[in-house]
Amino acid sequence: MTDGTRPGVSSAAPWVKSERQIRREAELRRRSRRSISVATASTLLVAVTVVMAVTASPGWPRVRETFFSPAAFVEAFPDVLRGFGLNIKIFLIAEVFVLVLGLTVALVRGLRSPVFFPLRALAVLYTDIFRGIPTILLVYLVGFGVPALQLQGAPDDPVTLGIIALVLSYGAYVAEVFRSGIDSIHPSQRAAARSLALTHGQTMRHVVLPQAVRRVVPPLLNDFASLQKDSALVAVLGPLEALRQAQIHAAWSFNYTPYLAAALLFIALTVPMARFTDHLAARTARRQMGGGGRA
Amino acid sequence: MSLLRIEGVWKHYHGQSVLRGIDLDVAPHEVVCLIGASGSGKSTLLRCVNLLETVDDGAIHLDGREITDPRVDPDEVRKRIGMVFQSYNLFPHMTVLDNITLAPRKVHGTAPAEAEERARQLLERFGLADRAGEYPDRLSGGQQQRVAIIRAIATRPRLLLLDEVTSALDPALVTEVLGIIRELKETGMTMILATHEMAFARDIADTVCFLDGGVLLERGSPEQIFTAPEQPRTRDFLQQVLGRL
Repeated sequence: MTDGTRPGVSSAAPWVKSERQIRREAELRRRSRRSISVATASTLLVAVTVVMAVTASPGWPRVRETFFSPAAFVEAFPDVLRGFGLNIKIFLIAEVFVLVLGLTVALVRGLRSPVFFPLRALAVLYTDIFRGIPTILLVYLVGFGVPALQLQGAPDDPVTLGIIALVLSYGAYVAEVFRSGIDSIHPSQRAAARSLALTHGQTMRHVVLPQAVRRVVPPLLNDFASLQKDSALVAVLGPLEALRQAQIHAAWSFNYTPYLAAALLFIALTVPMARFTDHLAARTARRQMGGGGRA
Repeated sequence: MSLLRIEGVWKHYHGQSVLRGIDLDVAPHEVVCLIGASGSGKSTLLRCVNLLETVDDGAIHLDGREITDPRVDPDEVRKRIGMVFQSYNLFPHMTVLDNITLAPRKVHGTAPAEAEERARQLLERFGLADRAGEYPDRLSGGQQQRVAIIRAIATRPRLLLLDEVTSALDPALVTEVLGIIRELKETGMTMILATHEMAFARDIADTVCFLDGGVLLERGSPEQIFTAPEQPRTRDFLQQVLGRL
């Protein structure tokens, strides 16, 4: 307005950056450079303090030898890495079944008809029980309990049993995630679908679920990061996955560095997943802010 | 014979009576406007007609058949009734075209190509042909509401219910939505509108009904209701919303 043009009237003259704007941007650049140097300095200070505190501790030489031995690391790493392949396999198979089981349970809980009452009750019972049992306990129960039943055709392979235990445990969590997603869809969306004469099933399939699933992707990925780690619990049943391999090496060499190797592999898998989850969550947040007109 | 007959309909919420024995007949091609303050029961009445709410007493007949009978399949009734909501309620994960063709394809068994053809014709007729591939959140409120109306009429309903369809819109966008409703009247569509647009109600309605506290207090031609209301409550209401009478 200072140059005399009225607001809302576009003048033909192209925009030339004013002196004031140039000064303003220079000040903003100065401030951002300052923030970066302050952040760097404080990070360095914290890191140096932590390293000094740890290395100055009386037990550090001993810890360095048992947990950070390069020789033991090189020795164990190939076996641990091979074992980690089994973790990935367990995780990938379990993930598929967890999704199917979780979604099924969530959908069953939403059924209205009285015919389905027993199924609905079963679904509630399932989530209540399996969310309550510690996963490691479930691995023991399924891993040693099922073969002990000596049922015809029941699996006795520890990897399969481990996967079943993980699926039962995570299926209950994921069912709740799906259910919260379904509940989060505004009732007006159902009303609109029903007013178009879509049945309950069609409303779920075409209107509610597509929106609900999009909404729960970040919490689902979070549960999967957790499932990746818990694939190590199958170690208690004996299959040679990463943690078991590390145990074997540690027991043989009296050195714990193989555990560090296993830990690094798990981190290498979960960190990218965590960043991806953050990215999706941020995108969802942006969309929700932008899409204010939705019902 | 009337297309829709509402007989002594009652509805209670949490011990409060929202509808208190409503009687209303709607003839084919008739346009009925429901006016009244917020909470007078206009929206509830429309939702009862569409069976989104169950009535607590009385009966509603469509084409001579009672639809409030518990043995009647609500989906069969809703196939013949279209409804448009105040908040549009478009499906945000579907394009405009998919929003419109969903019910024809999934409920009425129309072939996808045919459903799309009709949707495009309707979009063309109501000036939205270039928005077919857009998602609802890319449209203005007025455009969204016009799409919602097209979605409701794409299945060729016998009766169209419009629940305060302009209440969420800027004054500048109200006109475009009212235009489409006026056009529908010309095609002979039977409609019941709950509305706060008095000038529009006066212009488009064959019958105006004034609801007050769940009672259908007065009905008549727009001329009669807007110039010579008989009930004092009607007069008060109109004075309040119009600021004069």
